[in-house]
Amino acid sequence: MTLDLSPGFGVYVHWPFCAAKCPYCDFNSHVRHQPVDQERFAAAFATELATMRRRTGAHEVTSIFLGGGTPSLMRPETVGAVLDAIAQNWTIAADAEITLEANPTSVEAERFRGYRAAGVNRVSLGVQALNDKDLRFLGRMHSVSEALHAIGLAREIFPRLSFDLIYARPGQTPEAWTAELEQAIGYAVDHLSLYQLTIEEGTRFHALYHAGKFQIPDGDHAADLYAATQEITAARGLPAYEISNHARPGAESRHNLTYWRYGEYVGVGPGAHGRFLEDGTRIVTIAEKHPETWAGLVEAQGHGIVDGEVLSRSEEADEFLLMGLRLAEGIDLARYEMLSGKTLSGRYLSRLQQDGLVAPIGNSRLRATPQGMIVLDAVVADLAR
Amino acid sequence: MSTPISHIRNFSIVAHIDHGKSTLADRLIQSTGGLELREMTEQVLDNMDIERERGITIKAQTVRLKYRANNGEDYTLNLIDTPGHVDFAYEVSRSLSACEGSLLVVDASQGVEAQTLANVYQAIDNNHEIVVVLNKIDLPAAEPERIREQVEEVIGIDASQAVLISAKSGIGIPDVLEAIVNQLPPPREGDATKPLKAMLVDSWYDTYLGVIVLVRVIDGVMKKGQTIRMMEANAKYLVERTGFFTPKMIQADEIGPGEFGFFTGSIKEVADTRVGDTITEDRRPTAHALPGFKPAQPVVFCGLFPVDAADFEDLRAAMGKLRLNDASFSFEMETSAALGFGFRCGFLGLLHLEIIQERLEREFNLDLIATAPSVVYRMAMTDGSVKELHNPADMPDLVKIAHIEEPWIRATILTPDDYLGGILKLCQDRRGIQADLSYVGKRAMLVYDLPLNEVVFDFYDRLKSISKGYASFDYHLTDYREGDLVKMSILVNDEAVDALSMLVHRTAAEKRGRTMCEKLKELIPQHMFKIPIQAAIGGRIVARETISALRKDVTAKCYGGDVTRKRKLLEKQKEGKKRMRQFGKVDIPQEAFIQALKMGDN
Repeated sequence: MTLDLSPGFGVYVHWPFCAAKCPYCDFNSHVRHQPVDQERFAAAFATELATMRRRTGAHEVTSIFLGGGTPSLMRPETVGAVLDAIAQNWTIAADAEITLEANPTSVEAERFRGYRAAGVNRVSLGVQALNDKDLRFLGRMHSVSEALHAIGLAREIFPRLSFDLIYARPGQTPEAWTAELEQAIGYAVDHLSLYQLTIEEGTRFHALYHAGKFQIPDGDHAADLYAATQEITAARGLPAYEISNHARPGAESRHNLTYWRYGEYVGVGPGAHGRFLEDGTRIVTIAEKHPETWAGLVEAQGHGIVDGEVLSRSEEADEFLLMGLRLAEGIDLARYEMLSGKTLSGRYLSRLQQDGLVAPIGNSRLRATPQGMIVLDAVVADLAR
Repeated sequence: MSTPISHIRNFSIVAHIDHGKSTLADRLIQSTGGLELREMTEQVLDNMDIERERGITIKAQTVRLKYRANNGEDYTLNLIDTPGHVDFAYEVSRSLSACEGSLLVVDASQGVEAQTLANVYQAIDNNHEIVVVLNKIDLPAAEPERIREQVEEVIGIDASQAVLISAKSGIGIPDVLEAIVNQLPPPREGDATKPLKAMLVDSWYDTYLGVIVLVRVIDGVMKKGQTIRMMEANAKYLVERTGFFTPKMIQADEIGPGEFGFFTGSIKEVADTRVGDTITEDRRPTAHALPGFKPAQPVVFCGLFPVDAADFEDLRAAMGKLRLNDASFSFEMETSAALGFGFRCGFLGLLHLEIIQERLEREFNLDLIATAPSVVYRMAMTDGSVKELHNPADMPDLVKIAHIEEPWIRATILTPDDYLGGILKLCQDRRGIQADLSYVGKRAMLVYDLPLNEVVFDFYDRLKSISKGYASFDYHLTDYREGDLVKMSILVNDEAVDALSMLVHRTAAEKRGRTMCEKLKELIPQHMFKIPIQAAIGGRIVARETISALRKDVTAKCYGGDVTRKRKLLEKQKEGKKRMRQFGKVDIPQEAFIQALKMGDN
């Protein structure tokens, strides 16, 4: 089998609204008590996409990702309008992966057929837990039965389906987690995202955690849960292809692979980031986070970009390393050399290799071993110096 | 025109840190018109940023004040501002020896402190008349009467004429000026017709003028165009400029007997001048040279290494520049297996060390690693010779050493009664021998003999922490005594780190080793493997700790919008690693080399 390792060209669209803010989430999400003016936002997305098209030039779009926020709060017509706008600016590949993030509440599940009709061919459901007590702790608005219903519906409607679980929850024993994971694998089609709960700054959990209201599994315990997760998913045919992502071989998320393979992507919408080549150099775009402010900027100047940078070679090399080593397939050493203008530091590389944290794949690639994956941030810090 | 000797007063101000010496100096300058109000910054005499920030004076300064007294006559008052800290006691002593009187400034609420005592006794030893000034009398806690009694009782000088002031609020400043004129004597000798005899008080390097020499003329007159001779250094120079400070530098044609002033000539380096040297006219020399001073000897040594090895030459150049102005700071090249190329540096004390390190980092933008401060040990060798040891890493073969001697100090500590127990224990733990314990009102005055190596590191910090900042401390070196000292090595991941080795007393070795290992366990970050840390004396391990391996360190979610943040984190991590030293496979943060030695509260 020959692997297609080309990074592709993706378009990310950020829908910044949620029905409620989850206490663990530090993404750019906003709760509105009045109905959101969806036509206004659809028009603003179209305007910003056209501006981006002028900067990126012509490309074949290999993936589109509607993330959030809660994109399943978008009306199917809004989704359709955004996809049309993308198609007007670039060519969308025939086999393009078009993902929409959805919450498994019954209200949102009702719109699944509409999304499919608009062109969405993959959904990523925020299931997060398969017991009601933990769902409440995580601030989720759905129950386990709603989630199972949404999974069932999505399996019928969409060719591809993934769902997320958050583990290493307070008091979660390895036994409880492995049982829940086995159950989840039973419902899964070909993809699962399994995240360890982390406490992010600026979230409600951050305040509660630092006030001592709850504890989460510590380093050793968390490491054991991680190891168990790797073992079970591999045994059930959904091995990790990235730190927190598992798929049947061939069913990996094309869009997310673009990030990890350090490909080009356009980001539109409030708070979205993009990275693409402009005049031969990789640039970063960062949009205004506040939704209405962003829309106002787009209406006034054609885009909501408020920040960005032109990456230097060494910055590109660092980003390539820290993204690429998250993948089981590792990184292409020749591409690293091309980006950074130097070879990976021999001294640290051979030491990490001796310690069994990284390993070569053939002559041309380097990957983190399972022992290396679990301390990847430290491995990258050593390799990057 | 020189002022007649009877109308000259040369005085210095002695005080404990924070008792208001610099503020009083500011007020005296301001009220005699030395500087316009708009030219006044706080602590005008403390030129260096470090001096202002720390509220200390490092280099001596002189200021000539013009004062018309209440009796209608004009006086020239020369204020010699001196450092207060024990590390600079040497500069204090030479400044004091160049004048006839002192203002003793005492905080009217806090009273006499150890530093006050040390400095005032030096002034008395120099036959100074003393004007007692009680400062901060406008504070609610001020008790001028009680403090006046305390000064008489503790110091044994007459305080009935004490001047009550608030330098900060400007209260009582005219009274200070009158007291200077009326209570302090004019210079004791001075004859303009005799051959030139002047004392070299200080010297420093100025980028534009070269070396500037501060002098006190005793007999004769110093003039522009004169060829002078420095008698001890045996060097001749042509006087190019003469003048004085107000504190602005003012050129004047001559400096007469009894006066302070400066001159410049073609002197290349501060090291060419010797403080205390007698300056005379080459053509008509004085017959009697002044007794002179012993040059200050460094008592504390430590290694200074650049964090980035590429900065080595910059460090050498920066040290050379600092040395231009500070002959008491010495350095020579050193190589450490752990830290690479650097310098072994000698200092007058710990404050001096900190100041030099800070100036190197701040004024020259260098990142430095400082190793454990060490005192100078004397090794009596079996072949009868004596070797000085400045660096524990250079310890000779044990079988060749007959015995080791270490420097001892006599320390004076003044403390409120409440903290006496804790301080006695601290002195006891540091091998101290009590010489005296007496009471001054509610405060205890402790006199202890202590080995300098027990004091050199964090004794002062510990003293401050035990006494909540109330105890004050001063010391002077007394003698060398034989000690049962052993070299302790620290092994990180089974390799000895030379920069962490030290000489310790045998009885304290195990405890010290344990503390070091515990500290290093906190200071060295977790690695991807476990790291044993051991303390060893000879081949024997006396303490051991293990840093466990990092189990999990990975970001759970990392998508397109997270890359920038993750890269910036990585850059910060890389920056942090640059500030660490690699030893074998282990990264040791630079601050660990100093922090590991702090004994803490046990």
